[in-house]
Amino acid sequence: MFINIEKRGINTGFDFLGSEAGFGILQSLIAYDEADSHGKVFIVGLLNTILVSVIGIIFASLIGLLVGVGRLSKNWMVSKLSMVYVETFRNIPILLQILFWYNVVLAALPSPKQSISFFDSIFFNNRGLYIPKPILESGFIAVIIAFILGIIAVVYLSNWAKKRHDETGEEFPLLGTSLAILIGAPVLVYFLSGTPATLEYAQLKGFNFRGGWTLIPELLALSFALSIYTATYIAEAVRAGIEAVPKGQKEAAHALGLKDYIILKKVVLPQALRVIIPPVINQYLNLVKNSSLATAIGYPELVTIFSGTSLNQVGQAIEIILMTMAVYLTLSILISVLMNYANKKMQIKER
Amino acid sequence: MKFLKTASLSIATVALLASVSAADTLDSVKKKGVLNCGVSTGIAGFSATDSSGQWKGLDVDMCKAVASAVFGDASKVKYVSLTAKERFTALQSGEIDLLSRSTTWTNTRDTSLGLNFAGVNYYDGQGFLVNKDIGVNSAKELDGATVCIQAGTTTELNLTDYFKANKMTYKPITYDTSGQTIEGFKSGRCDVVTSDASQLYGLVLKVKDPSSVKVLPEIISKEPLGPVVRQGDDKWFNIVKWTHIALLNAEEFGITQANVDSMLKSKNPGIKRILGESGESGKNLGLDKKWAYNIIKNVGNYGESFERNVGANSPLKIERGLNKLWNDGGIQYGAPIR
Repeated sequence: MFINIEKRGINTGFDFLGSEAGFGILQSLIAYDEADSHGKVFIVGLLNTILVSVIGIIFASLIGLLVGVGRLSKNWMVSKLSMVYVETFRNIPILLQILFWYNVVLAALPSPKQSISFFDSIFFNNRGLYIPKPILESGFIAVIIAFILGIIAVVYLSNWAKKRHDETGEEFPLLGTSLAILIGAPVLVYFLSGTPATLEYAQLKGFNFRGGWTLIPELLALSFALSIYTATYIAEAVRAGIEAVPKGQKEAAHALGLKDYIILKKVVLPQALRVIIPPVINQYLNLVKNSSLATAIGYPELVTIFSGTSLNQVGQAIEIILMTMAVYLTLSILISVLMNYANKKMQIKER
Repeated sequence: MKFLKTASLSIATVALLASVSAADTLDSVKKKGVLNCGVSTGIAGFSATDSSGQWKGLDVDMCKAVASAVFGDASKVKYVSLTAKERFTALQSGEIDLLSRSTTWTNTRDTSLGLNFAGVNYYDGQGFLVNKDIGVNSAKELDGATVCIQAGTTTELNLTDYFKANKMTYKPITYDTSGQTIEGFKSGRCDVVTSDASQLYGLVLKVKDPSSVKVLPEIISKEPLGPVVRQGDDKWFNIVKWTHIALLNAEEFGITQANVDSMLKSKNPGIKRILGESGESGKNLGLDKKWAYNIIKNVGNYGESFERNVGANSPLKIERGLNKLWNDGGIQYGAPIR
């Protein structure tokens, strides 16, 4: 095959990965410059794909869980609203939704000069959401250490609380205490060590904002569309899972006098998860693959910049498409393995 | 979906390259009875559909001219609309026989993609389009600007070079089609659109209030645009190359769509050779001896096509400039047909 291609005068091989890309990229998680190679473009694209996938998966799961539970709510409004949400967003193609949100976001936002600002430090306009960027000084290491110690403390605390609950049956306000430790300790250390971080604010210079962190509208629109769309499927999976839990379990829990949210948390969801996880794996996979539709709105992820722009600059379609397909295959397998592991953990242990 | 298309094209490339080693494009075009011609997704004046759905433009005329040379019939063209990203794969894989889509002739494309550029039917250069209200009068004042670009074009690379050379920074927003690019500009996502100057004139027409935007004076690159064929088929390469030359020579001799029939009786040996009354140009190309006559009869000469699509008789009203004939102060030069 490659011999035939070379006979036609088309370059083959992976040498292009080392050659200079020569084009700019709107958003990159690692330092990227036009003089960097196509190999670096691949990494930048891959990281942007992972970024939007992770954001999408987190929000889709949260929305999906809430809506799925909401559909079974005894409150008529909540259950109907959830139903309308699911039926609407599930039945519109995802590409249309991406374009819709992108255009809505752009149309609704003002130009940089008229940006919406909060306390003169956060700015929102059609170039993105600008937030101050923390510049860390050397003393900041103490804050990080405090945070890590906090995590260790919380792990110990939860073990202790569980043990105490098993022995005495007394509940300990674990969530609140943990949050207090995780947030309180680093904040306390931060002020004690003399505020070793400054904020770099975005400033309007010329006709655009400079400095600070920018969340580009493409990322906002894409993660929004992906989460909203995928959440509908996750919600249905959650509903199916909850309905699969035998009624007797809930009735028994009620009979014990447990509160509704305790029943949901400790009786219903643990059993429902066994049914929920397998279909949710599929939805996560779909979300990752759907992120390639970003090319419609110019979000610089793998397909847009690597199998789009790079491919066109070097023209080596076969190598580039193979690499891109390998990435999606690898990501899919990774998600499957992780979720199957979680699934195994959730299964009823049969002895 | 774009990804799927590119992926399937690449797989098609593999399949085709594996089976057809020495393709004879002329034979396969004749067998199909239609020329598959790759055009843009809509660039005003070059290749765009009009209100009745007919493809029109300078690049479309090139498709029609080649179809006329091969079949004597300008309607035997199947137009395949391609984004900048898809075009080369479509040609390499054999989905199209000719790429006529404002494509810049560069070293990389000519040497490493298995392609041949058959001539330059439009000498262009890259420019900038801005909203008047940002108060910029020169491209040198664009430091920090957000720029809308079409993905996979030489434009992207020139932009980097220009901003680097002038020690300026920019933020690129790259869209797939020129339609999306202008939408991004209209909705305020970017301050500037950059593209070949000829396309910017077309984009101006798409803005709600054309007087609110302007094209900056700087032209930052050379963009020789022309038709492209696959490498390794010299016969087909010759046909496309000489189709372009015939269009130029017809203008030079003053042969037009209207007078081509009366020109058949001309005593001028040059005119007699181009119209197939003498000489063997048709036979040498493997075509009918009336090949150039058919081109002029169906499409007109280069000047006519230019004025009709992008020049004075079109909404774009682009100056001929460099695209004038060599004897009129331009650099369009048709090799002699003899």
